[in-house]
Amino acid sequence: MTQPSQPARSADVVVIGGGIHGSSAALYLAQRGLSVIVLEKDSVGRHASGVNAGGVRRLGRHLAEVPIAVRSRRIWATVADFLGDDCGFEVAPQMRLARSEEHLVAMRARVAEMQALGYHHEVMIGTNQIREYIHSLSDEVVGAVACLDDGFAQPYQTTFAIHRKARALGARFHEGVRALGLTREAGGDWRVATAEGDFTAPRVLLAGGLWSGEISATLGEPVPIIPFAPMMLVTTRLPPFCNAVVGAAGVPLSFKQMPNGTVVIGGGRPGRPDAATNRAETTFHPLRLSAQTCISLFPIMAEASVVRTWAGLEAEMPDQIPVVGPSLRHEGLYYAFGFSGHGFQLGLGMGEIMAELIATGATDVDLAPFSIGRFTGGAPAY
Amino acid sequence: MVREVDVAVIGAGPAGLAAAVEAAAAGLSVTVLDEQPAPGGQVYRAIERADSGRLAILGQDYAEGRELVAAFRASRAEYLPAATVWNIGTDRLIDYSQGGEIACLRATAIVAATGALERPCPVPGWTLPGVTTAGGLQILLKGAGVVEDDLVLAGAGPLLWLIASQLVAAGAPPRAVVETLPRGRQAAALARLPGALRAAGYLRKGVALMNAVRRAGVAVHTHAEGLEIEGETRVTGLRFRAEGGEHRLHCTAVGLHQGVIPNPQVTRLLRCEHVWDASQHAFRPVLDDDFQTTFPGLYVAGDAGGIGGARAAALQGRLVGMHLAARAGRKVAGKPAALRTALARDLAIRPFLEALYAPDPAILNPADSTIVCRCEEVTAGRVRAAVKLGAPGANQVKSLVRTGMGPCQGRVCGVAVSAIIATARGAPPDTADYYRIRPPLKPLALTELAAYPMIAPDLEIREP
Ligand SMILES: Cc1cc2nc3c(=O)[nH]c(=O)nc-3n(C[C@H](O)[C@H](O)[C@H](O)COP(=O)(O)OP(=O)(O)OC[C@H]3O[C@@H](n4cnc5c(N)ncnc54)[C@H](O)[C@@H]3O)c2cc1C
Repeated sequence: MTQPSQPARSADVVVIGGGIHGSSAALYLAQRGLSVIVLEKDSVGRHASGVNAGGVRRLGRHLAEVPIAVRSRRIWATVADFLGDDCGFEVAPQMRLARSEEHLVAMRARVAEMQALGYHHEVMIGTNQIREYIHSLSDEVVGAVACLDDGFAQPYQTTFAIHRKARALGARFHEGVRALGLTREAGGDWRVATAEGDFTAPRVLLAGGLWSGEISATLGEPVPIIPFAPMMLVTTRLPPFCNAVVGAAGVPLSFKQMPNGTVVIGGGRPGRPDAATNRAETTFHPLRLSAQTCISLFPIMAEASVVRTWAGLEAEMPDQIPVVGPSLRHEGLYYAFGFSGHGFQLGLGMGEIMAELIATGATDVDLAPFSIGRFTGGAPAY
Repeated sequence: MVREVDVAVIGAGPAGLAAAVEAAAAGLSVTVLDEQPAPGGQVYRAIERADSGRLAILGQDYAEGRELVAAFRASRAEYLPAATVWNIGTDRLIDYSQGGEIACLRATAIVAATGALERPCPVPGWTLPGVTTAGGLQILLKGAGVVEDDLVLAGAGPLLWLIASQLVAAGAPPRAVVETLPRGRQAAALARLPGALRAAGYLRKGVALMNAVRRAGVAVHTHAEGLEIEGETRVTGLRFRAEGGEHRLHCTAVGLHQGVIPNPQVTRLLRCEHVWDASQHAFRPVLDDDFQTTFPGLYVAGDAGGIGGARAAALQGRLVGMHLAARAGRKVAGKPAALRTALARDLAIRPFLEALYAPDPAILNPADSTIVCRCEEVTAGRVRAAVKLGAPGANQVKSLVRTGMGPCQGRVCGVAVSAIIATARGAPPDTADYYRIRPPLKPLALTELAAYPMIAPDLEIREP
């Protein structure tokens, strides 16, 4: 391998992590005319961003995430033109089924809260409407909260397309290169050490998913990341019976039938994560519960067979929302990690927001709830 | 809650049976799991049921398996027939299905004796009904004794001639054998012969098989190229070029064969290190002197560790069994050194066979329009397009175009897709990667999964 020349090792921004968040930020930074280097220790989209359930879901988001999810959804609508790849994106309802009056009460309260905040994308739907989308449904279901124009996409195809677009705009990706540590140069630039030499930039974005905590801790900002390996399974093809992405109150579930007839089931039952070996292992004892849930909610599933299972490595924060925004200790350092099992939908909007923040120093989106200070107890130290 | 044993052996072919016999003889608790209803593996399939007529058809080697199966039956090893192992965890928890129910087992040592897979032969038309593999025909022959009547065998490799001769002996000779060995192969292989002379028995046997087939009046075409299987809804014929002309044979069945490769499913599932074996044109797991993989406690005996044939498999199995016994501090009766010498002698023929029967270059680089992944019907052209877009390896191609995502878990297309990717990148095959294999290794009914045994308490789970 030839050593890149010295200028090739410095840029306006170094992004650590080639998942959807690092790649998307790189894309928007490059679009703003900044020079960007992305360091990815494995290959782009190798982890959560390439193997997730592909849910493009605004439904049920934490209130702090709603504005980002809404912004993202706008970009999703244009993704085929924007990225030159349809990303397998399909508009479809996301819905969360209720099986009791208690579930319905909580859902109605949520919809009212959203309405009061000016968000109208979540609505209550009755069983007749649910049955328009799901042809094999248990009688237990009494209603649902839904977001009718959410959807789903192909995760690797999407992340790969974002990466290609970023590269086309000039971002330089170094795959198989791990950022080992960050130090501050005398002149104020960051020096990012790797086994293939150092990279320098005045600004660094840490978007390293599960592995982000190692680096933030060395910079004096430790965070309690919980390694999380949500499991997925996919079945043999069934005749078309469902064109919604379905969850359910009271039980971890994400369920959808793909255009090819296979059914993809997830919902967050955890497998065994191992950040050191890159392995997310599926374990079948917990998956039996997913099988039980699906068969009881969708009777046709009794005819399906499991073809494949997998799990991805994800960074979960104790409060289920990511760490996003500037470091509180170091100037020119930014964070976007810890998406806690629901960061795929946010990838496009988040990248645009991070680019805005890094390029201009500000963004009109309220990032305060995501500040790393909630774990480090810090106020800005610079 | 989970039953524990010293040794779990997966596969009851010669390697697995021999390993089980040795380990059990030394007093270890041994459980053998195999998908088939009876011991024997591919090579000695249904051997206990074979009458003298069937034994005469299948030949002397097949009969040899009887002794091994009898020794296994007499051993203290536990045998779980019709048991499909579909997952092995890094905690050595083995998930398997038997009679439509899941059970679990944990083993201190696991022996993967899962044998070989037939190399995929992606030629135009290979996905048509009526196309089978030589190995598939052998299963029919050994099991039900049924054989296709209007069959052409096409490809190369010792198994092609073995099955042809067995069909002749069964009174159902194939319509033709179309051999794809390029000209000049023999000369190249002969250069490797000096070592093989120590295994002269094999060579004599090979020649005898070919002669028997020719003597029976079976049409034999050699140095065939450009194979194309014809048919709209099923096979109607086979076209190829040979002896300076175009040929077209009418037939209702085609048996394809291009040799066998190590079955990678278990060792890939456990993320063992693999190397490219340039001589065998296949990946094989890295094994130490005791046949242990890079996953501690996982051993491989037989063809799953590199193609060596039935006798070598049994010798390796015995060596693994003895090693496990010694490792557990048991007294070992047999003499490993003598077995290793016998193994080396037996494997001496391999370099010659591998040079002679190296796979047809055409199947390693099929035309753009040829389907490579049968389950998802993905063509070679779509694989190449994904590479052109920048997909760096087999797993990214899989994510983009769904190769290897069907029920076979890449067993059929894996090596073909890796080879196409490497060639498209202009990279040598040893730099190619391979699918990450995901459980279940075989499709599993969702209702069966729903009844997975309660081996642990459930965790409290938050909602998504
Ligand atoms: C099974 C599963 C299902 C999911 N389903 C959904 C869903 O339906 N909808 C949804 O919105 N979200 C979903 N998610 C969540 C979503 O996938 C993640 O939140 C999102 O992909 C996170 O993106 P990321 O870029 O932060 O992380 P990642 O994709 O993990 O990317 C981080 C990258 O950084 C690299 N890296 C780390 N440290 C270093 C270093 N020191 N040097 C260089 N590189 C480094 C890593 O190798 C990795 O590639 C799911 C997640 C999983 C695992």
